Amino acid sequence: MTREELQARLPELLNSIAFAEGGQWLNADVAAADWKALALNLKNSPDLAFDYLFCETCVDWKTHLTMVYHLESTIHRHQLVIKIKLDRTNPEVETVADIWRTAEFHEREIFELFGVIFLHHPDLRKLILPDDWEGFPLRKDYDDPVNMIKL
Amino acid sequence: MLEEVGTTEQGDLVINVGPQHPATHGVLHLVITLNGETIKKVEPHLGYIHRSIEKMCESLTYRQFIYVTSRMDYLSSHINNHGCALMVEQGMQIEVPSRAQYIRVIMDELTRLASHQLWWGAMAMDIGAFTPFFLSFREREMINEIMEETCGARLTMNYMVPGGVMFDIHPDFCKKVKEFNQHFKVKIDEYDELLTGNIIFQNRMKNVGTLSKEDAISYGCSGPTARASGVSCDIRKIFPYDVYNKVEFKEILATEGDSLARYKVRLDEMRESMRIIDQLIDNIPEGEYQAKTKAVLKLPKGEFYSRVETARGDFGVYVVSEGATTPYRIKFRSPGFSNLSVLDHIARGQKLGDLVAMMGTLDLVIPDIDR
Repeated sequence: MTREELQARLPELLNSIAFAEGGQWLNADVAAADWKALALNLKNSPDLAFDYLFCETCVDWKTHLTMVYHLESTIHRHQLVIKIKLDRTNPEVETVADIWRTAEFHEREIFELFGVIFLHHPDLRKLILPDDWEGFPLRKDYDDPVNMIKL
Repeated sequence: MLEEVGTTEQGDLVINVGPQHPATHGVLHLVITLNGETIKKVEPHLGYIHRSIEKMCESLTYRQFIYVTSRMDYLSSHINNHGCALMVEQGMQIEVPSRAQYIRVIMDELTRLASHQLWWGAMAMDIGAFTPFFLSFREREMINEIMEETCGARLTMNYMVPGGVMFDIHPDFCKKVKEFNQHFKVKIDEYDELLTGNIIFQNRMKNVGTLSKEDAISYGCSGPTARASGVSCDIRKIFPYDVYNKVEFKEILATEGDSLARYKVRLDEMRESMRIIDQLIDNIPEGEYQAKTKAVLKLPKGEFYSRVETARGDFGVYVVSEGATTPYRIKFRSPGFSNLSVLDHIARGQKLGDLVAMMGTLDLVIPDIDR
């Protein structure tokens, strides 16, 4: 599907979906509560078939966190970027690890580096950092006592 | 819940492989739960070489951050640099001179060859064949010398910069690349003869660590690992960058999805890489090797994502820019990270002795996974 066709098709799945102008691929803002149901539909609708989650990450905007999901269909070769705004003090979103298995590792990484809680994640533990690490290093207000660059 | 996360019962044995283990080729730590000799669960513990490159990049300018990426997948450093340069060029709308595009693609393919050569030798050594390691390092040395002459480095190249390449190629570059190609065309058949048909080798690889097409996509696998399971995912074909749309090459696919298929895909990929180099090496156009760019690069406000095909798969650079000289947030989508996540899935129910064959054919580079 082209970008325009996707933009016309997606509101059928979710009314409240909002699209952003510009960008390389179609950008859609989704509320955290709607995400899980939409994700299932994105993967399972034959005309969309977003089966490849090629990037999942988070951005700290100081006032809030934004989860960014880059999706691609290996059948139709169209891409979609989903963004979910999360509260910074209590960031919670449903996991998609059961839909795209690659999300399991990505979400563990985001959990330790940004502090996002993925609800119903099968194994939400730290992946890269030591178990006793405090703080979320990729947040903007994280102060590293030994900053190699500022030294 | 996805499925029962492997539970430890009485009689199970938990062993640690790594972080210091010759077959992990880096500091990877696997906690393996065994029942007899059968693997029940593989749990990777990462972070032994985590340098927080993403955080570091937030304080580095768009010229500086490229050098850090050579230290991620150090066997594909040219291609990592390429991905970053493409991202900056896309954001700043820089037109790259065609001479630079040709040089870049040739360098990418030489890197892929060197990486696959190292993989071939190391993987064979891991499963007990010692000779291939010496053979592959003999040929890899030729590539390293070519690289050294032009880039001044043998591993962390830092040769590709936004707008082109840092210096022009060495006067002997084309001659030496052609010599290498001539030489390696014969040698790769020798590789094949030595190892591929060997019955012991085949028994160690066949039906070991089989990965289905659906799982490969779902786990986000890319590169030869996914192509061995029949997933067409070559970024060079799907989203051609630089001069990849001007060359003819086959995307190597297999359907078996086992370790032997992954092995064969990589071996055939080397042949395709040589084909690409053959088509380009005589046609490098004259002209500038670097576009004129400003001394200080500032990306406009927005988001940029560039994708390249490294020796391990789909490498992505995702940048959120606020219009400053440094990125606001940068994310490196490293192929090794997703490829490693599938290890637990393919290893369950297999024998412990086969773990090395599975790890070897996933072609893991640990600094690429930890970043």
